[in-house]
Amino acid sequence: MSILTYIAGWPLLAALLLVLVPRNYRVIIRAIAVLATLISAVLAVKMFAQFVPGANGFQFEQQIPWVESLGISYHVGVDGLNVGLILMGAIVAFAAALCSWEIQTREKEFYILLLVMTGGILGAFASLDVFFFYFLHELALVPTFIMIGVWGRGEKKNYATFQITLYLSIGALIALIGLIALYLKSGANTFDIPKIIEHAKANPLSVNAQNFIFPLLLFGFGILVSLWPFHSWAPLGYGVAPSPTAMLHAGVLKKFGLYGLIRIALPLLPQAAQSWAHVIAWLCVGNILYVGWVAMRQKDLNLLIGNSSVAHMGFIFLGIASLNLIGVTGAILIMVAHGFLAALTFALSGYIYKQTGTLQISELGGLCRKLPFIGTALLMAAMAGCGLPGFANFFGEATVFFGAWTTFPAVTVIALWGALVIGGIYMTRAIRNILHGPLPEKWASLADATNAWRKLPYALLLASLLLFGFVPKLLTEKINPDARKIVALATVENKTGVVIATRSSGRESAPNLLAENQRRLASVATK
Amino acid sequence: MNSSLIMLEISVIGLGLVLMLADLFVPAERRRFIGYAAIVALGVLLVTSLSGNGSCGQFDTAFGGMFVNDALSLFFKQLFIVAAILVLFMAAEFSDKLAEGSVAEYYSLILFALAGMLFAASSNDFTMLFVSIELITITFYVLVSFQRGKIQSLEAGVKYLILGALSSAFMVFGIALIWGTTGELNFTRLAAVAPQFADSQIFLLGVLLVLVGLGFKIAAFPFQIWAPDVYQGAPTPTTAFLAIGSKAAGFVLLLRVLFTAVPGVTAHWANLLIVISAITILYGNLCAIPQRNLKRLLGYSSIAHAGYLLLGVAALSASGQSALMYYLAGYVFTVMAAFFVITLVMRHLATEDISGLAGLNQRSPLLAATLTLAMVSLAGIPPLAGFFGKFLLLKAVIEAAQTSHNHGYYCLAFTALAGVIISLYYYFGVIRAIYWSKSPEDVSPIVLSSPAKFSIGACLAGMLWIGVFPNTVLNLTNLAAAALGK
Repeated sequence: MSILTYIAGWPLLAALLLVLVPRNYRVIIRAIAVLATLISAVLAVKMFAQFVPGANGFQFEQQIPWVESLGISYHVGVDGLNVGLILMGAIVAFAAALCSWEIQTREKEFYILLLVMTGGILGAFASLDVFFFYFLHELALVPTFIMIGVWGRGEKKNYATFQITLYLSIGALIALIGLIALYLKSGANTFDIPKIIEHAKANPLSVNAQNFIFPLLLFGFGILVSLWPFHSWAPLGYGVAPSPTAMLHAGVLKKFGLYGLIRIALPLLPQAAQSWAHVIAWLCVGNILYVGWVAMRQKDLNLLIGNSSVAHMGFIFLGIASLNLIGVTGAILIMVAHGFLAALTFALSGYIYKQTGTLQISELGGLCRKLPFIGTALLMAAMAGCGLPGFANFFGEATVFFGAWTTFPAVTVIALWGALVIGGIYMTRAIRNILHGPLPEKWASLADATNAWRKLPYALLLASLLLFGFVPKLLTEKINPDARKIVALATVENKTGVVIATRSSGRESAPNLLAENQRRLASVATK
Repeated sequence: MNSSLIMLEISVIGLGLVLMLADLFVPAERRRFIGYAAIVALGVLLVTSLSGNGSCGQFDTAFGGMFVNDALSLFFKQLFIVAAILVLFMAAEFSDKLAEGSVAEYYSLILFALAGMLFAASSNDFTMLFVSIELITITFYVLVSFQRGKIQSLEAGVKYLILGALSSAFMVFGIALIWGTTGELNFTRLAAVAPQFADSQIFLLGVLLVLVGLGFKIAAFPFQIWAPDVYQGAPTPTTAFLAIGSKAAGFVLLLRVLFTAVPGVTAHWANLLIVISAITILYGNLCAIPQRNLKRLLGYSSIAHAGYLLLGVAALSASGQSALMYYLAGYVFTVMAAFFVITLVMRHLATEDISGLAGLNQRSPLLAATLTLAMVSLAGIPPLAGFFGKFLLLKAVIEAAQTSHNHGYYCLAFTALAGVIISLYYYFGVIRAIYWSKSPEDVSPIVLSSPAKFSIGACLAGMLWIGVFPNTVLNLTNLAAAALGK
């Protein structure tokens, strides 16, 4: 059995186990949930460490036929594209389980849903079969709605639940139609992604078919990732969601759509991807600039974070739209970095909400005096959010800008504005109003996270951000060879405007690749 | 002529007669056990029919081609017997609400309806089709109005009788027109001569009228009007059997007529089927939203599911037919589970309102979980049977769109998705009522008899097994669809 099966399987197994535990055994329920996610996280770290960068094909592969007549099989495996995502997902899930102490009612159901969601997401990222890829995502998506609808907070709970359910179900089902159409058009008679790609190399899909399927995938997945103008569910949904749900959804589950675009749409629908690239690039401007603008006007911390998380998605779309090695590598880097960041910020805002009962920025102030640990973590998260060097986000965003400059210079200029100026304004303003200034009387009794268990999730997420911020090589050396393959497939028959020579094999040793990549980065930067 | 082919049907009718006679000798307080005896007997019949040596395992025709045994009839017969077994379990739990001393009659009527369904699965002739439909429908008139003391039950019976008789009249008229123009009643022989009459308006009108009659059985738009009232008024086991058995019988006859008897006509009617399917899906789902009565809600949901099942017919392909049958197999266990919970929970309540479910998770966690899973499966959420079934149906429709270049199929696929999204609202409404409504004062645990536990377990296992390991059922449905294409 592949280690990936265990990573996704333990949370699902624990969910089944929890069904049998009586509901008044609160400590045991919590312990099982935390333990299962911890095992997943440890296994994910082990898998990440054992991953051989640039090895040919997939690693830790496992395949079990499921429905032969349709060519569906349970097939998991990792390459550079998803290895970081699985690590990030498992760590965020562990942090989310730790942060779930804030849930006080109906804990049993909450933990069951949380574990199902975790198993579903991790399984979806590990899947190399289109059917299971979708199936496991759907398995993770439905608990989100229930968690927001039941444990959500605030007056707008019902409206937000309604909206998020509607948007995400529509998005997922549009993507489903796209995936089924792709399966049928490919003619490979299998749902196995590597096999479909192999088959498409010899028999590429007709341009007409590509132009029909690509928009379905782009907008279906796009709605799931809050691509402008389909983003309005996100800030409100995250605003009312209980923080563990927001952490898992904004951090991990949302990346599913982006991952799907990179894993499935780019290599199989190259011509359509090339002709749609400029559309994606201009829609990103909506994400980065417009939603950034909206974020500046927010008076509620969660809505601000939610909008800023939507704005960050724009950078990832820009990286994908650039369709070159640097851009796609950067996109995956941000996906990982933003996962940690979104989880961290929602966890922190959840802590503040639990303590104060409000997230209205105008009512808060001077909190750093009473909450030194939480305050510092929030400050660091805000800095990471506006792209300060040292955090993983900086490296990803910079890489995306280098990649996108060659194809979309105008969009890159606007995006830089959004990233540096707008992001800087709303983040620093929020920090000043929440953490500094006079402390209102009513907050004199706030308590900081003192217990090591309470501090652990924040510390873990911050450490991950810093680790990948200082040593991005850990990720880039793994992403690079496989991103190169994807880009080579995505730029078939159209090499104009892309400076990178494509190479078919990724067998070169990792240090060489890295050095080469850095050289290329430097040369683009000096241009 | 090979009359050994109808041994299964003869045994079922014989069993029904034996139950009626047993009623005379068994004391009143033991009559519940007559049902268990019938269940055991049906179980034996199911095993023999599965084993391949039984009568349905011999693939042949009898009575001059009127009666056919093939992979399709085998699949549907197994489905009907499983459904009947589960309904009998349900009837045993329901028996205390039926009129004194009439339980055995109720059991034997279920068996007669089952016999009609078994004949429907094998009919290869319009005479046989009509006789089997009438056997089912007339038995159901009685089953629906069985609670003589209850005004709603009688009202439902009368409604079903009037509309059922009307649709039968349409169907007979249609059969007469077909026979009048072509001189053939046998499906296989009709298929050979039908192309000559492709331009005959009277022949086409005849086929259309037969479809009207079948549309009534499956509750497809615009013949769905009876379903909610009858579902609500009928005794719950009858409703369950109506939702599964009667609907599945309608679909097997629809498949036979459309793809064996008049395939040439069907090929031109793709757009008609697309429109009917799309409207049925939207009508069922939209009307289900405001419902508060649980059985009425399931009535509308069953209309919506008739629409989903019609996707497989409209696709006009073997993969569509196979998807339809797979979906029906999952639907049997799902709907049975839902009605079982309704039977057990609502037994002691005067109302069938959704609010009656409040506090169910404290009163009986098993029933709460069962109803939740049934709703989740009906809504089409993984990993239950409903998800993979809808996936297969959608795949068949998109396949049809790509091979036929008829853009109507894409519209149909999007309509089906819209239906799925709408349905999330009311299915989750039921789940919400179970877990998150204010607890009522009465939180006394619901005691389940062991047969009830067993049959609920069987429904749950069926839902999960078909959803998680679709291979076995899918192989059967592929064979059945292949038999239809011959």
